[in-house]
Amino acid sequence: MSGPPDETTAAHEVDPQADRQAPPAEARPHEAQMWSQGRGRSRRRGGRRPGGEELNVPPAEFRSYYGRPIIKPPVWHHDIAAYLFTGGLAAGSSLIAAGADVTGRPALRRAGRLTSMGALLASTYFLINDLGRPERFHHMLRVAKVTSPMSMGTWILSAYGGAAGVAAVAEAAPLLPERGLLGLVRKMLPFTGRAAGLAAAAAAPALATYTAVLLADTAVPSWHEAYPDLPFVFAGSALAAGAGAGLIAAPVAETGPARRLAVAGAAVELTAIHRVEHGMGLVSEPYRKDRAGHLLRTARTLTMLGAAGAVVGRRSRLVSAVSGAALLAGSLATRFGVYEAGMASARDPKYTVVPQRERLEARESLAHEPKVQSP
Amino acid sequence: MVSGNSLYGPLDPAPDAGYTDAPPRKGFFTDTSVCIGCKACEVACKEWNAVPMDGLNLLGMSYDNTGGLTANSWRAVHFIEQPVPAGRRTPPFEHTPTGPTGTHDQAVVAAGTVQDTGTEPGVGPAPDVLAAARTITPAGGTSPGSDPQFLGMPGVDLPGRIGDPGNRTDFRWLMMSNVCKHCTHAGCLDVCPTGSLFRTEFGTVVVQEDICNGCGYCIPACPYGVIDQRKDDGRAWKCTLCYDRLGEGQTPACAQACPTQSIQYGDLDELRTRAQERVERLHEVGVPEARLYGHDPDDGVGGDGAFFLLLDEPEVYGLPPDPIVTTRDLPQMYKRMGLAAAAMAAVAVAAFARGTR
Repeated sequence: MSGPPDETTAAHEVDPQADRQAPPAEARPHEAQMWSQGRGRSRRRGGRRPGGEELNVPPAEFRSYYGRPIIKPPVWHHDIAAYLFTGGLAAGSSLIAAGADVTGRPALRRAGRLTSMGALLASTYFLINDLGRPERFHHMLRVAKVTSPMSMGTWILSAYGGAAGVAAVAEAAPLLPERGLLGLVRKMLPFTGRAAGLAAAAAAPALATYTAVLLADTAVPSWHEAYPDLPFVFAGSALAAGAGAGLIAAPVAETGPARRLAVAGAAVELTAIHRVEHGMGLVSEPYRKDRAGHLLRTARTLTMLGAAGAVVGRRSRLVSAVSGAALLAGSLATRFGVYEAGMASARDPKYTVVPQRERLEARESLAHEPKVQSP
Repeated sequence: MVSGNSLYGPLDPAPDAGYTDAPPRKGFFTDTSVCIGCKACEVACKEWNAVPMDGLNLLGMSYDNTGGLTANSWRAVHFIEQPVPAGRRTPPFEHTPTGPTGTHDQAVVAAGTVQDTGTEPGVGPAPDVLAAARTITPAGGTSPGSDPQFLGMPGVDLPGRIGDPGNRTDFRWLMMSNVCKHCTHAGCLDVCPTGSLFRTEFGTVVVQEDICNGCGYCIPACPYGVIDQRKDDGRAWKCTLCYDRLGEGQTPACAQACPTQSIQYGDLDELRTRAQERVERLHEVGVPEARLYGHDPDDGVGGDGAFFLLLDEPEVYGLPPDPIVTTRDLPQMYKRMGLAAAAMAAVAVAAFARGTR
């Protein structure tokens, strides 16, 4: 099964090191593809070369249907990228709130519970708003489907949401009168809050990491191939964001664990995202280019500054708060960067065709090898 | 009913989905070697399924102005022009005037912008061909300003009348009616969180429009880029293999309308045999580039319910060369997620344990 004569198969060279990503087909230079007879073309469009970037991807050749994408990019809006952040923030905050509750740090506990409640409400809004039919959001609860990370996530978020909500409401105990029926409620609330907070903390790691599976379980090349590392990116990012919120809202006397979590979360996130950005060959490229590359570089700077500030500023409320803000912004930028990288990889047929072609050729050469050796 | 191959590998999907008395699996065999690009399939599909119009587009890339499968195009005829001889290897234009089949100027057809297809992401807008035409340096090589004005009309000259007579280029046209593949392992169906997408007793994959809430997860999950969201409606739509007609023992509208039997409908086993015979026949008569696509139950999606005979590499037709259902790796993904979640919990416990003294 060989292709037609070679004048058609002389495919175009694509320079994967070109700094600027080829724009989607509709925005490409017209003369580039109108007569390209079924061959896709990604043209280098000038632009600077990034200093110190790894340039180890061999030039890729590929053909396509007039440069059109093969897979459809997700129809999600930035709601989903925002939810990746708020979901992680809620999870990180709940872990911190539960730890603070158990170790007797009331201000950090309150900050964690209220942050997670706010983030939970934002998450719910983003998720429902992104639906094509928002009024049918409850259809998500018709089934529980293991093969659908979104279905699993719905149930994780529901379980987590109930517990985190109760834990946040428990913070209202001091507002109740000390006597009568409400006084009884006031006495009960801290225990209920602790139980609910611990339940929320138990669900939090799943909430923070399932979104990585949600993105990876698609045909989007740069998300799917990143599946071993993406959960660690999101786990680290969630811890850093939760710690950031704690650093802003709680006095320095209580934030020791938050500082340690900021450093640990940042370390996990930066290690994992480095593997995503450099370890997957061609499909790592979208993480380094254009908007995604810009966002992820910003995220790295902010997260490093935030983690450093968390350590250095342990006696200054102001430095702590600024560090916390940097950690939050870093986490936000990470989520949008990962989101944008996947979108870019879906829009360019190169990222679909080239890896699949390589896989096919590797398999074929493996299948032919014994035949060559046997006679 | 769930077997070891439920996520990946050869499988008969309807019994795996729980049907006890499933009829034989139905499918399409689309033989592109006899497709004439008439688009009767597109029209029949729209008529029968009441699929809305997706705009009058001039995409400026080939004679394909549908552009691909969208929520409003469940059959889409792809069209490719290549500068290689057609099938039988006899020079098709021997003893006829020579010269290129057209110039770039002529190939540019009039189209400024394109109407919205009403689907998301649908088909992108066409390039601004008028602007493109202005960038072409005419064959004469004189300055652009003094040359005949480009009026946005298709070329009217016969091949060979203009240009250098020595530069005759041979060419062939490839046409393919693309459709949902109704995969054995359907990514869209696997990831659907509402149960809107389901497996029919015929082994096909269908969206229930009264259930779909437009979450959009199926769209990036499809390795072929088939299923799509209708923008003004919010829900996901795709080929149903005319589930309503199948239930009445009828042939799907596109296959019924196809005048050359390029689209053949029937029991999948029989279609596979027929396709194998067809490709062997084509090899015998001198079309060595004929190959089947999506017929193999051992491929990355467990074989397609709608498969093809192609005359070039799949990616030339806009098909992925080696698609693999994304859920094949789902157990591994959950495993990595579990590790990351455990690490996250451990880090949190450690951070507070040190603080308690």
